Amino acid sequence: MSAKSFTEVTYRIRRYNPERDSAPHWEEYRIPYIPGMTVLDGLWKVKELRAPDLAWRSSCRMGVCGSCGMLINGKARLACNTQVTELGSDTVVVAPLPNFDIVRDLVPELAPMFDNHRALQPHLVREDARELDEPTGEFYQSAHELEQYLQFSYCIKCGCCMAACPTYATDALYSGPMPLGQAHRYNTDSRDGGFAARREVLAGEAGPWRCHYAGECSRVCPKGVDPAKAIQLMKRELVLDYLRLRKAKCPAKVAAKPSGVRRPEIPEAPAKTV
Amino acid sequence: MMRDQKLWTWHLAAGAVILVFLGLHMTVMHLDKIVLLASVNPAGGHPIDWQNVLARGKSAAFAVTYVVLLGAALFHGLYGLRNILFELDPARGLKRAISAVLLIVGIGLFVVGTWAAIASHTLAKAM
Amino acid sequence: MLETRAHPNRLGIWGWLGGGRWGAERYLYTLHRLTGLGLVTYFLLHILVTSSRALGPEAWQQAMNTVTGPVFKVGEFLVFLAFAFHAVNGIRLALIELGFGVGGPIEPIYPYRTSLDVQRPLAVVALLLAAVLAVMGTLNFWVLD
Repeated sequence: MSAKSFTEVTYRIRRYNPERDSAPHWEEYRIPYIPGMTVLDGLWKVKELRAPDLAWRSSCRMGVCGSCGMLINGKARLACNTQVTELGSDTVVVAPLPNFDIVRDLVPELAPMFDNHRALQPHLVREDARELDEPTGEFYQSAHELEQYLQFSYCIKCGCCMAACPTYATDALYSGPMPLGQAHRYNTDSRDGGFAARREVLAGEAGPWRCHYAGECSRVCPKGVDPAKAIQLMKRELVLDYLRLRKAKCPAKVAAKPSGVRRPEIPEAPAKTV
Repeated sequence: MMRDQKLWTWHLAAGAVILVFLGLHMTVMHLDKIVLLASVNPAGGHPIDWQNVLARGKSAAFAVTYVVLLGAALFHGLYGLRNILFELDPARGLKRAISAVLLIVGIGLFVVGTWAAIASHTLAKAM
Repeated sequence: MLETRAHPNRLGIWGWLGGGRWGAERYLYTLHRLTGLGLVTYFLLHILVTSSRALGPEAWQQAMNTVTGPVFKVGEFLVFLAFAFHAVNGIRLALIELGFGVGGPIEPIYPYRTSLDVQRPLAVVALLLAAVLAVMGTLNFWVLD
């Protein structure tokens, strides 16, 4: 049966209701196939026609919010980003993302991932902290400096990389590819001065030392963030730091607004309301 | 508590040292018929025959390389084993026990091996 | 936090083993671990056995007699193969984990060319080199003896 000719698909879904079940189990549902259907479209069809109590997370349905990460036919993917035809079979096997506790049906408990993320201070850390809250001007940043971290800033925190990582599968203390990739995103941001603060966490067991470049995180990332690359680049920075060979980078300076130049046709900015 | 940032850097450095010295050791021991280094197998035959062991024992350079290789390989191997065991997420007390056992085994075997290198060198010079 | 019972779902050690859908680098990682464990086991015993050379030729001969036989010969050959793979893959990992051969930050344009694609030639060269060493070892162990 060629992938383009089937009229129905079977959804094999891992279901678990903590109020009724003691353990997750598989359920199968057969729904009509509509050409161009994504896995997420199919889940809505299942909910509409077969299982009204099926639970999952989704939001934007276009691959930018990171809500619908699931294990689809054995690989961690976004349900909204996956065409049913690209799976190569008329059976769609959907399970919740592994390496996270299952709250219900296809909903994983992502709080541990975000706790690890928060521990690595995923925001600009500067000595002049007031500048971030009450900016007096822009930060200088060249296109080259932007390129150093831009790729890693595309992360949508979907958790697919964490599900694919073999180290995160066993080691509870390992931060995981997403937090570590984001730590690198901020370390290489020229506006940031928080390397020493993050190093406190990165030097120990939560750091990138348990990554052995299996590369699964980069393979499954739906946005091409390549956390494996970020982690290896970060290891280089940390080793150079240990050997005291790391060039200390000054955080980007603030570009003061031009003074004394007043163009009458440009109105004054309105007063701040926040 | 030694931090992983430090230990991992030394793990890599030890790996580089082992690459050179164990490469030589493997060439002498297991590639002796392909890479013909007559100087280390002067009596012909197998590298593990006593005459060849004696010939290598006479050289102080060999003794030194054995001790360096021993130290690097014990650190590299036992740290690697520690990593694999720790990744299986044992309890904190068990982690401390594992670290202690591996440290003791490592130091113990290093002492044994260094004694053997020095004693066999002395023995070889006398024979 | 909700009060409901969340069901644990970590893959554990199954996360280290492959499922046929995973990439080559993941298997290299697993194999690197297995060869490392094999080498370290052999090594700890090796120190004890070879230390007997310090006690003279009779002690040496006795130690060598305990490790002769076809089982030990095959075992030594496997150790050599494990060394060949572990050393060459180790060079590759040392380069990669210091950030060489993975490429720099790029603008991700679909289909994504990840660091895995950039380092793939390095992995192929490493495996070829390991194969060459394995062939040399096979000749030395079994053919030219």
